[in-house]
Amino acid sequence: MTVESGNDLEAQIAEWRAYVHRRQELRQPDADELEDHLRGRIDDLVAAGLQPDEAFLIAVKRMGALDELSREFAREHSDRLWKQLVLSGDTTTPSGTRSRRDIAIMVAFAVAAAVAFKIPALFGLDWTKGDGDFYARNLGLFAFAPLTAYLAYRRRVSTKTIGVLAAVFVVGAVAVNAYPMKSDGQTLWLAAIHLPIVLLLAAGVAYTGGDWRNQQRRMDFIRFIGEGLIYYVLLALGGGVLVAFTGGTFAAIGLEAGPVLFTWVVPCGAMAAVVVAAWLVEAKQAVIENMAPVLTKVFTPLFTAALLALLVGIIWTSNGLQVEREVLILFDLLLVVILGLLLYAISARDSLAPPGIFDKLQLALVGTALIVDLVVLVTIIGRISEFGLTANKTAALGENLVLLANLGWAAWLLLRFIRRRNGFGALELWQTRYLGVFGVWAAVVVLAFPPIFNFA
Amino acid sequence: MHITKDLVAASATPLVLGILADGESYGYAILKQVNELSGGHLEWTDGLLYPLLHRLERLGHVESTWHSPPGERRRKYYRITDQGQAELAEHRRQWTAVVDALRGVWSSGPALRPIPTLA
Repeated sequence: MTVESGNDLEAQIAEWRAYVHRRQELRQPDADELEDHLRGRIDDLVAAGLQPDEAFLIAVKRMGALDELSREFAREHSDRLWKQLVLSGDTTTPSGTRSRRDIAIMVAFAVAAAVAFKIPALFGLDWTKGDGDFYARNLGLFAFAPLTAYLAYRRRVSTKTIGVLAAVFVVGAVAVNAYPMKSDGQTLWLAAIHLPIVLLLAAGVAYTGGDWRNQQRRMDFIRFIGEGLIYYVLLALGGGVLVAFTGGTFAAIGLEAGPVLFTWVVPCGAMAAVVVAAWLVEAKQAVIENMAPVLTKVFTPLFTAALLALLVGIIWTSNGLQVEREVLILFDLLLVVILGLLLYAISARDSLAPPGIFDKLQLALVGTALIVDLVVLVTIIGRISEFGLTANKTAALGENLVLLANLGWAAWLLLRFIRRRNGFGALELWQTRYLGVFGVWAAVVVLAFPPIFNFA
Repeated sequence: MHITKDLVAASATPLVLGILADGESYGYAILKQVNELSGGHLEWTDGLLYPLLHRLERLGHVESTWHSPPGERRRKYYRITDQGQAELAEHRRQWTAVVDALRGVWSSGPALRPIPTLA
């Protein structure tokens, strides 16, 4: 009798385990931990005189509803939730009709993005003929306004948030279009480059559903940007192939497809692809979810090696750096790449895993980048004090400092993490909090730089 | 006596950290100890202890290791870190302030009568 009920109990626990396994929020170690708990409870109840099957029922009941449990686990481990298709909206409708409706909505927003890009053409602005300025200034608006609208719609953000987001876009549009900036001037190009950063962060607010203070939602947004970029590049490659073939085949039958392709297909496709990429990230996360981390793992050692070689070169030749504006911008971009590698490693990492070899490698990467950048920075500051500041130099210098501060502190936190002085969470928190700094700096360049530098 | 959800939630972190400050422990043992310490008044849904432990671990307040002593089940043990000790001290300061204030209110003279109980 006891043997039989013992077997029953094992079977019941196995069944419970299988049930737990179906929850993606709960991983193997979590299931092990919960099972240990369940067995502990059952042992105590049996020792108190209950039958094993009664003890099992009570223990399961006391564990709590699995739905609630999964939700709590998901809240704590939002990176796992990321792997599922959890989108806001009703979950009651059958998934088939839901996904079809999702696609229809996405297509509507993508078409709107494509059409919006051609509206200025109605007023005689042609991007192939001399009005390139206008499109360069407003590219961020064309690309990210539909994206933000789409995300805001998907997340059903509050009216207040919509108001704030709309205000950000209007202020951005007014700043780049109404300031009397010289065509081809430095401030114009700086504004054109920095406005998209502000707007992308605004899209981030929509992505978080207005809950932008939530650090985990911010980390989700960082993942979203990374995966979105990968999808966008894939779409662009596909689009490039399509355009090349279309152009070639039309030429073969004696028709000139070039003008149509370059005034309509390429720009409209490029704008619509932003929304499509966002939708793909949301809907197809599982397909290439491991792309960004894999790329990060491949390129972290390579970039570290390249930087070390550069450092050795600087010391070996003791060449004074050819410090031009372009060099500073090049190093800014380098820091952006390093930051990207760091961010995507962070966003994909299991924050509970102990420090490993890859963390050390990453510290080496960031450390080397910091040393190289400091060398450049010192030279640049010397040059600037000699020749004075222009808008470009100030922007490049400011960017460098913003990135340097981020990476410097990140390196410190990484070092402390490797020495087990703080958890990995501190590093995540630093990066998610720092997003605001990027936004503020970009907004300063867009709004304050043109007046400061006389719209030069 | 039923303790409200808010109070249970607010006291969960200092309780867990406090129990771990006495030495490493595992989930079920922590839960039993909470039950004993509160005389059975603090009732947690068993499973919800684990997301809390994982959060404390992510924040660096506790560390975990899997032990499998011979003849026993593999079990995940949690240990408080230095940072967790500091966090616990901070919680303690705050709770002391709250408890002192409450004690002050409850012993402050004639205005206070025993609250009539309904049942």
